[in-house]
Amino acid sequence: MISIQNLHANIEGKEILRGINLEIKAGEVHAIMGPNGSGKSTLASVLAGREEYEVTEGKVIFNAKDLLELSPEDRAREGLFLAFQYPVEIPGVSNVNFLKTAVNEIRAYKGMQPVSAKEFLQMVKDRSALVELDSKLASRSVNEGFSGGEKKRNEIFQMAMLEPKFAILDETDSGLDIDALRIVANGVNKLKNKDNATLVITHYQRLLDYIVPDFVHVLYKGKIVKTGSKDLALELEEKGYDWIKAELGETV
Amino acid sequence: MAYEGDELLDEITNSEYKYGFVTNIESEMAPKGLNEDIIRFISAKKNEPEWLLTWRLNAFRQWQKMTEPSWAHVDYVPVDYQDIHYYSAPKPKKELSSLDEVDPELLKTFEKLGISLDEQKRLTGVAVDVVMDSVSVKTTFKEELAKHGIIFCSMSEAVQEHPELVRKYLGTVVPVSDNFFAALNSAVFTDGSFCYIPKGVRCPMELSTYFRINEAKTGQFERTLVIADESSYVSYLEGCTAPIRDEHQLHAAVVELVALEKAEIKYSTVQNWYPGDKDGKGGIYNFVTKRGICLGDHSKISWTQVETGSAITWKYPSCILKGNNSIGEFYSVAVTNNKQQADTGTKMIHLGKNTKSTIVSKGISAGYSNNSYRGLVKIAKGATNARNFSQCDSLLMSDKCGAHTFPYIEINDKSAKVEHEATTSKIGEDQIFYCNQRGIETEKAISLIVNGYCKEVLNQLPMEFAVEAQKLLAVSLEGSVG
Repeated sequence: MISIQNLHANIEGKEILRGINLEIKAGEVHAIMGPNGSGKSTLASVLAGREEYEVTEGKVIFNAKDLLELSPEDRAREGLFLAFQYPVEIPGVSNVNFLKTAVNEIRAYKGMQPVSAKEFLQMVKDRSALVELDSKLASRSVNEGFSGGEKKRNEIFQMAMLEPKFAILDETDSGLDIDALRIVANGVNKLKNKDNATLVITHYQRLLDYIVPDFVHVLYKGKIVKTGSKDLALELEEKGYDWIKAELGETV
Repeated sequence: MAYEGDELLDEITNSEYKYGFVTNIESEMAPKGLNEDIIRFISAKKNEPEWLLTWRLNAFRQWQKMTEPSWAHVDYVPVDYQDIHYYSAPKPKKELSSLDEVDPELLKTFEKLGISLDEQKRLTGVAVDVVMDSVSVKTTFKEELAKHGIIFCSMSEAVQEHPELVRKYLGTVVPVSDNFFAALNSAVFTDGSFCYIPKGVRCPMELSTYFRINEAKTGQFERTLVIADESSYVSYLEGCTAPIRDEHQLHAAVVELVALEKAEIKYSTVQNWYPGDKDGKGGIYNFVTKRGICLGDHSKISWTQVETGSAITWKYPSCILKGNNSIGEFYSVAVTNNKQQADTGTKMIHLGKNTKSTIVSKGISAGYSNNSYRGLVKIAKGATNARNFSQCDSLLMSDKCGAHTFPYIEINDKSAKVEHEATTSKIGEDQIFYCNQRGIETEKAISLIVNGYCKEVLNQLPMEFAVEAQKLLAVSLEGSVG
């Protein structure tokens, strides 16, 4: 599905990613954990195509295409989705109108006809139910006046509408209470199938109780320093990151 | 391609004006310059009654004593008022009795502009009066409207056919000495639209005037008068374009609206005069006085404007709320790009009791442009329980443009309640990236965001106009679309 090879990236001349290697296959869920400033969100931004980051070395192959050569919108159209840590408000643009535009852009890219109004509304109805999103929110302006939890649920609702092949959840759990966390995680689980893959970026193990990863990676100073099963997350929760630093031979 | 400030700036400064062609039609012109003889010439050309000539000459004498206002936040090369032709008319081959007799060049012009003068081909529900340079060339659906007692015709025709109405109301809302440009207009106006809706009639279709400047070295001075008699309703639309020319051209119009008891007038404008090129060469000086009076109790006047054109816009569609319980509204989107300058807003003058006004102004500045909102809310003594709500938002598209807000509030009655909200924001790279990440390209994203920002105003426009306005916003700001 996606192959990240020796990825290096800078922001304002400062190197944040220092050689990431990661292979994610269809049907898999990977989790990336790591202390603050380790480069987790940078990795998400670089994959999605944010301009501020400069890729200095390495390669990313997505669907047999050179991902880094594609514009951000083409990456999205190829099936890459980023659930934002801080979803943006777009006043005056209804969620429905926004999503319809997005769905049709993606369909046009694939050479498909625009979605019919009836079909689209049915999609909205079914998929907002998936994350228990109040249907009223679908007609409100994108994220405007939404609570933190509503914004995150809206991200997953959008993911459900756009049916990505590869979804990155960037700290989707931050700011969620336990009920909202469960709802969001259930939504993600229902969207999971053998043809798509998910990369979950998180600080805390508790999200991984709900979205169970096949692999857990620890990102530290811009590199993946350890990979394990879901048990690694439990271990990190218990011991913190210091033992990893110690393992790397750093003085703690 | 991802969004970057400079790229965006480049992209939008490369936008092209698609109405910039010139039509080759024979026209009749007055010699350049302005003096009493020219005014007599215009008046004679139009076969006007003596009282109107006297009115014009009075306006001219007052104008000569006045100086051009300099308080607006705009900067321009002064107009040489002696270097303008004050009368230019497409030469009619003969009296027109049917559309077949309209000069085919003219028909082609309006077809290019997307306006069909053929009633059969027009969207039903809109009657049009077309004004080219100084004169009205065609008014559609006149007979249909006449069945309801509605008068919709050119100003010249109204002077001939309904002199009592014209004489009664002309200059009552915008007096000849109101301001420099209004006085000039009163002296030299050549045509415009006239509309009268009789008591109790709800006008069954949108009335619209389309203004086109064609000749070089001319000014356009049209005068519009709309009278809504008791308990009547009318929705009036106005659109305008001009050819691309290197020199500036002056447009100094006056619009007067009169709403009697329980009457409602909705006046919408989509202004797309030629804005000049990206270095600020050429373009229309749009110095316009628009004012309505809610004369009767429970009357309502609503202005909606989408201003995308002109090199300079100086315009404050206003409401005098004289009748008790009358309502004034002003909804505006003003877009400036490249070197355009706009100083626009409204005046809400509360005189009657329980009068209400709403102001929603959305400014969008791009390129090197300057965009100012200037508004006055005045509550007179005795206007008890007057209410006003004003919201003025500015959106900046580049870091080389300016947005300014000059709100004036004068309150002389303690029972007044006046609210003012203002915001300034820069179009967010975050918002654009968010759209990109959902598969929406940058141009479409900008259009989506800008339309969302203007939604409250666009929602006020009649359907066909709203679609038009949305497209216009996209073209004004994006360049490669359309």
